Amino acid sequence: MSLWNKHAIFEKNSIVLLIGVLIVISIGGLVEILPLFYLKSTIEKVEGIRPYTPLELAGRNIYVREGCYNCHSQMIRALRDEVERYGHYSLAAESMYDHPFQWGSKRNGPDIARVGGKYSDDWQRRHLANPRAVVSGSIMPGYPFLAKTPLDADKIDQDMKVLAIEGVPYTDEMIAKAAIDLKAQATDDDANAADLIKRYPKANARAFGEQKGVITEADALIAYLQSLGTAVDFKIYDDKANMR
Amino acid sequence: MSTASPDHKDVDAHTGTATTGHEWDGIRELNTPLPKWWLNIFYACIVWAVGYWIVYPAIPLATSFTKGVIGYSSRGEVTQELADLQSARAPMVKALAGASFADIEKDPKLLTFARAQGKAAFGDNCAPCHGAGGGGSKAFPNLVDDDWLWGAGSLEDIQQTLTHGIRSADPEARAGNMPAFGDGVLKPVEISLVSDYVRSLSSLPVDKAVDLKAGEKVFAENCAACHGDNGKGNNELGAPNLTDQIWLYGSDKVTIAEGITKGRGGIMPNWGGRLDAGTIKALAVYVRTLGGGR
Amino acid sequence: MGPVKFATIAAVFWGIAGFTVGLIIASQLAFPALNFDLPWTAFGRMRPLHTSAVIFAFGGNVLIATSFYVVQRTCRARLAGDLSPWFVVLGYNFFIVIAGTGYLLGITQSKEYAEPEWYADILLTVVWVVYFLVFLCTIIKREEPHIYVANWFYLAFILTIAVLHLGNNPSIPVSIYSSKSYIVWSGVQDAMVQWWYGHNAVGFFLTAGFLGIMYYFIPKRAERPVYSYRLSIIHFWSLIFMYIWAGPHHLHYTALPDWAQTLGMTFSIMLWMPSWGGMINGLMTLSGAWDKLRTDPVLRMLVVSVAFYGMSTFEGPLMSIKAVNSLSHYTDWTIGHVHSGALGWVGYVSFGAIYCLVPWLWNKPKLYSLRLVNWHFWISTLGIVCYISAMWVAGIMQGLMWRAYTSLGFLEYSFLETVEAMHPFYIIRAFGGGLFLAGALIMVWNIYKTIVSPSEETEVSATPALVPAE
Ligand code: HEC
Ligand code: HEC
Ligand code: HEC
Ligand code: HEM
Ligand code: HEM
Ligand SMILES: [Ca+2]
Ligand SMILES: [Ca+2]
Ligand SMILES: [Cu+2]
Repeated sequence: MSLWNKHAIFEKNSIVLLIGVLIVISIGGLVEILPLFYLKSTIEKVEGIRPYTPLELAGRNIYVREGCYNCHSQMIRALRDEVERYGHYSLAAESMYDHPFQWGSKRNGPDIARVGGKYSDDWQRRHLANPRAVVSGSIMPGYPFLAKTPLDADKIDQDMKVLAIEGVPYTDEMIAKAAIDLKAQATDDDANAADLIKRYPKANARAFGEQKGVITEADALIAYLQSLGTAVDFKIYDDKANMR
Repeated sequence: MSTASPDHKDVDAHTGTATTGHEWDGIRELNTPLPKWWLNIFYACIVWAVGYWIVYPAIPLATSFTKGVIGYSSRGEVTQELADLQSARAPMVKALAGASFADIEKDPKLLTFARAQGKAAFGDNCAPCHGAGGGGSKAFPNLVDDDWLWGAGSLEDIQQTLTHGIRSADPEARAGNMPAFGDGVLKPVEISLVSDYVRSLSSLPVDKAVDLKAGEKVFAENCAACHGDNGKGNNELGAPNLTDQIWLYGSDKVTIAEGITKGRGGIMPNWGGRLDAGTIKALAVYVRTLGGGR
Repeated sequence: MGPVKFATIAAVFWGIAGFTVGLIIASQLAFPALNFDLPWTAFGRMRPLHTSAVIFAFGGNVLIATSFYVVQRTCRARLAGDLSPWFVVLGYNFFIVIAGTGYLLGITQSKEYAEPEWYADILLTVVWVVYFLVFLCTIIKREEPHIYVANWFYLAFILTIAVLHLGNNPSIPVSIYSSKSYIVWSGVQDAMVQWWYGHNAVGFFLTAGFLGIMYYFIPKRAERPVYSYRLSIIHFWSLIFMYIWAGPHHLHYTALPDWAQTLGMTFSIMLWMPSWGGMINGLMTLSGAWDKLRTDPVLRMLVVSVAFYGMSTFEGPLMSIKAVNSLSHYTDWTIGHVHSGALGWVGYVSFGAIYCLVPWLWNKPKLYSLRLVNWHFWISTLGIVCYISAMWVAGIMQGLMWRAYTSLGFLEYSFLETVEAMHPFYIIRAFGGGLFLAGALIMVWNIYKTIVSPSEETEVSATPALVPAE
């Protein structure tokens, strides 16, 4: 009897084979995934991270729907050239309310983890409608329909409820005021804008589009883009405390 | 372990190796031993991996993880690399920070450095609006020409524009919109008249039948405050010169009338929060020496 | 028509569809006007359609067809259940239609290779459990004392994909009337779970399953015994053990903690030899039959597929090294790696298996034309070479340009300059993709002519006792 013959137990008994496989394939995943949920070092301690506003959330859903993540990463790696080109490397904390994450895996276009505030709304609008009209060598598709489609976000509070169950700190008040906040953020000088900013610090509240009275999909998407990477103030962020 | 299995004597004629004695749908298996080279490389990889776990952060524990014996972290590494880069650039950066534009222009080394730094920042931050060569496009000004909307195109003026932006959220931004005259201030006919008048300022062809005098009157009453009596603009207010054939939005009547009706007010972001002061100065030098300002 | 025949035809159909969409998106990157400014034709929605069509629709049907065929032949047993195999095949293809049309409408979870939304996920779960049971029960019913190695791999593939699918998709729908759902975890944890899934979709769907194909069709076609039973054992267990750990190599230098990146990298390196164990077993099975490569283009396709497998499983561990990945990640190098595996390995082993299966299933003496197989082989080989060499050059160039510094210590290129530099390579890639598609169309014709050719008069000769389910 050599050791090799012992393997017959797996070959003769399908259930033993099955259980063997199940055990062998379970170990790696458990060791790599579970600690990320309990180790305190996984998510950095930083100030300023807040959940998306209703309008930004609606915009994010459009980002997902159009598959922008197929071309754009939202993850600046801890590499010299990336930090120089795009800004401070991304923190885990910055995507802690991202269900699902949008880090991406291919850069057909640049990283946009910190695109918020980099361009004007007007540029974003022109660029989305026809990228080659503003950036002649671009290979990005045009999305002219976004500025023509009214945003359908009447039920965005439902989305927020689900996210609240999943751990995003949306309060009952935030959920109840979703529609008001959404309108306040997308309108110039709205009376409720101050309330919105109390609930969602640093939110940009203004008319993102040109059409008066109609909030379009492009407006929501631009509100989302303009929020990207703006939460953390890296002038006061403590790099050394979060090496891991 | 011998090659031949003890259980049976089924040997493959071609290789001379014993099979395992089983057959599935005509398929048999040789009982060839593991290739030595294969096994050795496999072991080597495992040994290397174990060594790597000792040296680098690797094993998750109950409240922490093994940190590795050399104290490596990828964030630590990039922080160090960036610091090295900064110290390599430091002498030049310091010289640049202290120099006036006249000094920079006189010192070819400093000028080359500033332009190199400016060019690098321009490609990813400015070119999307102002074009790869700074040539601009509709609504985004040309930076290559000698026509400045804001200030006289001095280094300080440009620096101010870059740091705080134009009509941006920065409290010190350059501010002042062109109002929307369509919102009840001017009637469509008046807008049409003044549009033709504006075209005439740049000697562009205007329909003979148009009463330019009437347009001039509308202009004097509504526009001259910003664009000047003669339409030569005001670069304290960012009001463009309307006589120089250089157009931000376009010279056709429809575009001009549209601007008067809806107002204008392009936004240039403030870069003070995103780029450091040295980079902004270098950018200003770069922009200034693109061709404008001479 | 039986379920195996159906899945074979479906594989061919979806293959053509998936390659065509691949060609479209390749052309869009070269000529962005081809996005047509419409929602459903834009790259962002078409790309997942391509990946799902080739992996799940084409690859999945090949796997179902061959696994059902192989398990019956090597167990000397009929498929368990009367209608269940049909349920698997039809249910699976229904899932594909539901998922694919959803992408075009913008319904996606945005998790790569797991884009289908919750309702499609549930459908797939049901189908997959039945698939698993049919396969397992057929093995349990077997007449052979031992389970053949191909079936170890098929079983590991089916079981692990079930675990991965359940593990990566827990999400809460906004309402039962809404297609939208939110995945329960977020950010860094979601990233880790996703690439635990994503990498093992490669490891178990595109590797373990297709190794099952290799272990049946190569020895069968070459009429030679499998090279080494011992190697089968060692590489099977080490492969499935180590694959699971390798996911973090998709997240090097990201916000995933370093310790997890280390595990991902080291296990990827250790995975090199287990992967090559499969390659050795496939290639060395030819010993004593190498001359057949000259005369049998089907066998040649199968063998070249194993060579590509060896190549991409060498390249993979190389790209897992953090220093290399810092260059290759986010670039077209990854795309080159993917397609050397996808076109060379997955594509060729599937074509080889389909060329074998069609005459067997439809009871024909032989394929309509081996010359056409030869044409298919050479045209698509040229296509693959164009594709992957263009992507290697493009990817490495892109990576180098992104990190290039001038002598004064500043970034040399803007992002847009790197986009513009890709243009010629995107054209070569699209050309290569066109050749690959052309080769596959030749296959369609060949298969069609084979199926309509006169049937063999005699019974299936090899094992008269058993006519496999069709
Ligand atoms: C085919 C690939 C592709 C797709 C899909 C795509 N983009 Fe882009 N994107 C690019 C490229 C290339 C650039 C760089 C050139 C330019 O600015 O247009 C870019 C640039 C951008 C920028 C400017 C980033 C910067 O810092 O300069 C933003 C913002 C952006 N895209 C948003 C989006 C959004 C939102 C979507 C989805 C609705 C999207 N993109 C879809 C390729 C793509
Ligand atoms: C979102 C688009 C956008 C980006 C990005 C941008 N600019 Fe501008 N820039 C503008 C617009 C619009 C104006 C004109 C504002 C106006 O109409 O007065 C302008 C004006 C300027 C001016 C003043 C020109 C004058 O005639 O006075 C300078 C100088 C300038 N930009 C330089 C830069 C530099 C350098 C960068 C990169 C750091 C940059 N811009 C990035 C949109 C942009
Ligand atoms: C409160 C100041 C102000 C007044 C009054 C004003 N403008 Fe302007 N105008 C501006 C500014 C500022 C801009 C540049 C806006 C920008 O840079 O986006 C501008 C831009 C323009 C342009 C576009 C120039 C180009 O290069 O494309 C035209 C044409 C113009 N104004 C005509 C008029 C006319 C005609 C009137 C009167 C009916 C008028 N303006 C009144 C401030 C003013
Ligand atoms: C005609 C043949 C094919 C062409 C022209 C083609 C083209 C493409 C293109 C253009 C992309 C997107 C690359 C990018 O975003 O930069 C892509 C992605 C992909 N393709 Fe293909 N493809 C073909 C065949 C296949 C096959 C047969 C498979 C699998 C069996 C496959 C699997 C994939 C995968 C997995 C990706 C995603 C890669 C990633 O995200 O890194 N492709 N393909
Ligand atoms: C030992 C085996 C392998 C290892 C260690 C490996 C490793 C890798 C690495 C490091 C990446 C790049 C991740 C990134 O930077 O984003 C990658 C991507 C990929 N590989 Fe492999 N690879 C292996 C075999 C294969 C095989 C055989 C295939 C078959 C088709 C394959 C398909 C893919 C795909 C589809 C991706 C793209 C994932 C994505 O980003 O969407 N790999 N692999
Ligand atoms: Ca990918
Ligand atoms: Ca899913
Ligand atoms: Cu992987």
